[in-house]
Amino acid sequence: MLDKNGIARRIAKEIKDGYYVNLGIGIPTLVANYIPDGIDVVLQSENGLLGMGPFPFEGDEDPDMINAGKQTITTLPGSAVFDSAMSFGMIRSQKIDLTILGAMEVSENGDIANWKIPGKMVKGMGGAMDLVASAKNIIVAMQHINKAGESKLLPKCTLPLTGVNCIRKVVSELAVLDILPEGGFRLIERAPGVSVDFIVQSTAGKLFADADVKEMDLN
Amino acid sequence: MINKKVSGADEAIRDITNGSTLMLGGFGLCGIPENCIATLVSKGVKELTCISNNAGVDDFGIGLLLKTRQVKKMISSYVGENAEFERQLLSGELEVELIPQGTLATRCMAAGYGMPAIFTPAGVGTEVAEGKETRNFNGKDYLMEYAFDADFALVKAWKGDTAGNLIFRSTSRNFNPVMAMAGRVTIAEVEELVEPGMLDPDHIHTPGVYVHRIFQGTAYEKRIEQRTTRPRS
Repeated sequence: MLDKNGIARRIAKEIKDGYYVNLGIGIPTLVANYIPDGIDVVLQSENGLLGMGPFPFEGDEDPDMINAGKQTITTLPGSAVFDSAMSFGMIRSQKIDLTILGAMEVSENGDIANWKIPGKMVKGMGGAMDLVASAKNIIVAMQHINKAGESKLLPKCTLPLTGVNCIRKVVSELAVLDILPEGGFRLIERAPGVSVDFIVQSTAGKLFADADVKEMDLN
Repeated sequence: MINKKVSGADEAIRDITNGSTLMLGGFGLCGIPENCIATLVSKGVKELTCISNNAGVDDFGIGLLLKTRQVKKMISSYVGENAEFERQLLSGELEVELIPQGTLATRCMAAGYGMPAIFTPAGVGTEVAEGKETRNFNGKDYLMEYAFDADFALVKAWKGDTAGNLIFRSTSRNFNPVMAMAGRVTIAEVEELVEPGMLDPDHIHTPGVYVHRIFQGTAYEKRIEQRTTRPRS
């Protein structure tokens, strides 16, 4: 079973040379730590920055330079700053190659819910609805099962939706799964030490799983 | 040059009244019009509708206006950092419309570009789409979203001149330029106000035609919401 850093490490392997990538808040932010050496990747922060660099050295924090998680960050040689309308313009017009975001639920037809728990959590969708509605390549980082052991990969989402029929790949603590265009999850890889049986048992939505599916390579 | 300079925040917001609709620039606490917010608090105008990506934190930014119950309605995309906000929302004291961040920015942009509406795929098939017109273009569904109509836009820039031209700095730009274009009356507060001719026309982000009043703010706190660093080694 993977921890948060393990999920981030596996997702980072999906990033290719020349990609512009938007990382959501939470596990997706950790992906930046595992981008493979030797490839050129530009990180977009939807508050208006391309070319997000690492956190500043202590004492160098600039209140005018933050990422979408409101963390102090730095720029890199070649970075560019722009306004919020242009930021979502490049998202909507599919200039961003890969979007990585978290989810509370994903359904077997690719619906995603990650912004609201009625009566409990009312934080808002931020840029997530724009991202999932327009991005051509989305990877969801999420917990496969909650603390009570209940599946978050469902036949149908129970929470208010963020987007419809838009997710094609999920990386969880248990597995890498694709979502098939005709509906249903397909097991692609299992996490180290996790059995196919356990993944089947932990997936409430329709799942296609071969008995001999390979284990993830995290290196 | 037409002189847009006013003496300070008091004069700049003199005609904001109970029930006004305001746009406030900023992302989190980055690039917010601190002087205008402080003066709105001391002036005590109420029943405000605030269009702003976020709602500040409990003791800074728009959070200051929430604490004094001056806000009737918030139109935002993300409001996660404010306990008083959440309390007022769950108790029904505060009206809240949550909309996608790109939709928020683009509805401002539409107002500034003189377009009544835009079409966006954000929110199709979700509760955001309820009651909205949907159109299909090239096989994909889009929601029609209207341009905002705000009485005032309150924005914060790094530098400006008395002709109203603005230059923003780093990611404190965020919503400020699109809101500056969108207000019926746009009020800009800047860290440094200079005479016309001292800013290079090639470097202007917001042309002065969009700005009605400008002043040099004082005592900027520029609070950092998440101070993240790496060790020097």
